[in-house]
Amino acid sequence: MSQAVQAAPAPPGSVDDRVRRRSLLASVLSRPEVGSLVGAVAVFALFFAVAPTFRQAASFATVLYAGSTIGIMALAVALLMIGGEFDLSAGVAVTTSALFASTFAYQLNLNLWVGVAAALVVSLGIGAFNGWLLMRTGLPSFLITLGTFFILQGVNLGVTKLLTGNVSSTSVSDMDGFEQARAVFASTVPIGGVSVKITVFWWLLFVAIGTWVLLRTKTGNWIFAAGGDKAAARAVGVPVRATKIGLFMTVGFMAWFVGMHQLFSFNAIQSGGGVGQEFIYIIAAVVGGCLLTGGYGSAVGSAIGALIFGMTSLGIVYAGWDANWFKAFLGVMLLLATIVNMIVKNQAAKR
Amino acid sequence: MSTPELDAGAGHSPNQEILRLEDVGKSYGNVHALRGVSLSVRQGEITCVLGDNGAGKSTLIKIIAGLHQHTEGRFTVNGEAVRFGSPREALDRGIATVYQDLALVPLMSIWRNFFLGSELTRGSGPLRRLDVERMKRVTEEELVKMGISVPDLDRHVGALSGGQRQCIAIARAIHFGAKALVLDEPTAALGVKQSGVVLKYIAKARDAGLGVVFITHNPHHAHLVGNHFVILNRGRVSLDAGRGDVSLDRLTNEMAGGAELEALSHELSRPGSTPEPAAAGRTTTEN
Repeated sequence: MSQAVQAAPAPPGSVDDRVRRRSLLASVLSRPEVGSLVGAVAVFALFFAVAPTFRQAASFATVLYAGSTIGIMALAVALLMIGGEFDLSAGVAVTTSALFASTFAYQLNLNLWVGVAAALVVSLGIGAFNGWLLMRTGLPSFLITLGTFFILQGVNLGVTKLLTGNVSSTSVSDMDGFEQARAVFASTVPIGGVSVKITVFWWLLFVAIGTWVLLRTKTGNWIFAAGGDKAAARAVGVPVRATKIGLFMTVGFMAWFVGMHQLFSFNAIQSGGGVGQEFIYIIAAVVGGCLLTGGYGSAVGSAIGALIFGMTSLGIVYAGWDANWFKAFLGVMLLLATIVNMIVKNQAAKR
Repeated sequence: MSTPELDAGAGHSPNQEILRLEDVGKSYGNVHALRGVSLSVRQGEITCVLGDNGAGKSTLIKIIAGLHQHTEGRFTVNGEAVRFGSPREALDRGIATVYQDLALVPLMSIWRNFFLGSELTRGSGPLRRLDVERMKRVTEEELVKMGISVPDLDRHVGALSGGQRQCIAIARAIHFGAKALVLDEPTAALGVKQSGVVLKYIAKARDAGLGVVFITHNPHHAHLVGNHFVILNRGRVSLDAGRGDVSLDRLTNEMAGGAELEALSHELSRPGSTPEPAAAGRTTTEN
């Protein structure tokens, strides 16, 4: 206080001498994904040290693949969380999409691409339904998507049982369009002697687009605003309703994409699959710096979160540890990451 | 009481009328939140709306801002009768509202907040993107014009003081071509010094030719800058006077409910009788 009194009166328009410009370091540290980056380096170093297999390029391609199937969904879930909402139906929605594509094409004896297109419509529809119901009722998205989670889970099992008398869909590997669809959704690209799954490239592309949208477009601004303060956003003319419904539809789109990948890499789909995956996506997003309360987070962060997930799940195997420890490790990662994120964010805000 | 700098020229001015409410009322079911309210807002003038909690100030703002629709009376903007369906429609008519909670998103940077909902872009098609450089530059220019200094445009709004946030919200409204500025209790949560700063910006907005509706429950703040005073009491107008017709004392008195306050002062000023619990408390401490 005494310093403020002693200071010469500042001319109008000049910088307030009580606040200094933030240093570059502080600006970097205030990025949402910094905490997860530190975590990713630590996990990488750990398994690099203890698991010789982990050091091979082929293993790293496998890690990237594991990261990509989680990461594509985690990206959409992260965008949704930045927009202030949850989607608990994201895990089973993947299975629903895959089941629908294969069952639709098989039962009506159509080209698989028709099934793929129809599944896209269904997935976008599920997302739109979640979003519409949320905006219509004003209930928490946690409850609404918990409802759709159970509905989809039941429908997946019930309809598959009804049509095939089985718990999995019929194999689609001999149907028209399978090879082309497989090339798009589930092929392998050789790079320097290492086989890399095509989902890795799709993942990178989606994350790049996600980052671009989030940081450099109007829509991105609206996503942050809708999640940060819905009422404030609405008051300045941001179409909050459309933004949120769009985010749920983005989750639908990614669920469709991952569903198609599963369908064309495994040929048949287990109707009970996907349960519990929604939490993995949320964990990846949170580890990547998304706040549970919305309005803060990044697309790159979700990718780093998914990469940590991939490194951990395979690293444990490569290190020869009992894979049953994986879930415990995941929980510790989640807690550490959120604590680190919180500390880093508070420190950066002070500077 | 009033400094020359903040003083506004009194009386009925020839300035153009921007907003006009005639016998406007609003009922929620069978509750009449607002009844027969008339007021006008002119260019380059400040109309103060005063009232206690529950007097209908918020309802009035919501009608002007387009969040609610009036159920009775006439609301005209530049002589044209309107009934807004959304805040966007009000904005398009040049009515900007700065709410008590400011409509700023705490975790977004200053420049993103400044342009929220009206972002500048360049390029076209899928390459249409935010023009970050221009938005930062304009934000800085506008803030400097208002005499607001902020350390870093990338800083989150949540890290700023209440007064700074209020000023950013006002600067934003002025920049986006508001003709009428509605301020919802801008000084309510601020200290004495910060209130002074915000009042200066309100005067600047007026000097920039805006019609200002200044909603407050502080008659001192209102009297410093207002040209015209409307006091709401239980959803009705209980005083409607120009600057020359009302003193600060009268304003304070009316604001507190006039007759009600007299009754209250009568009730409270019974000589010799001390309230029981206080008396008991004193006895124990003295022992």
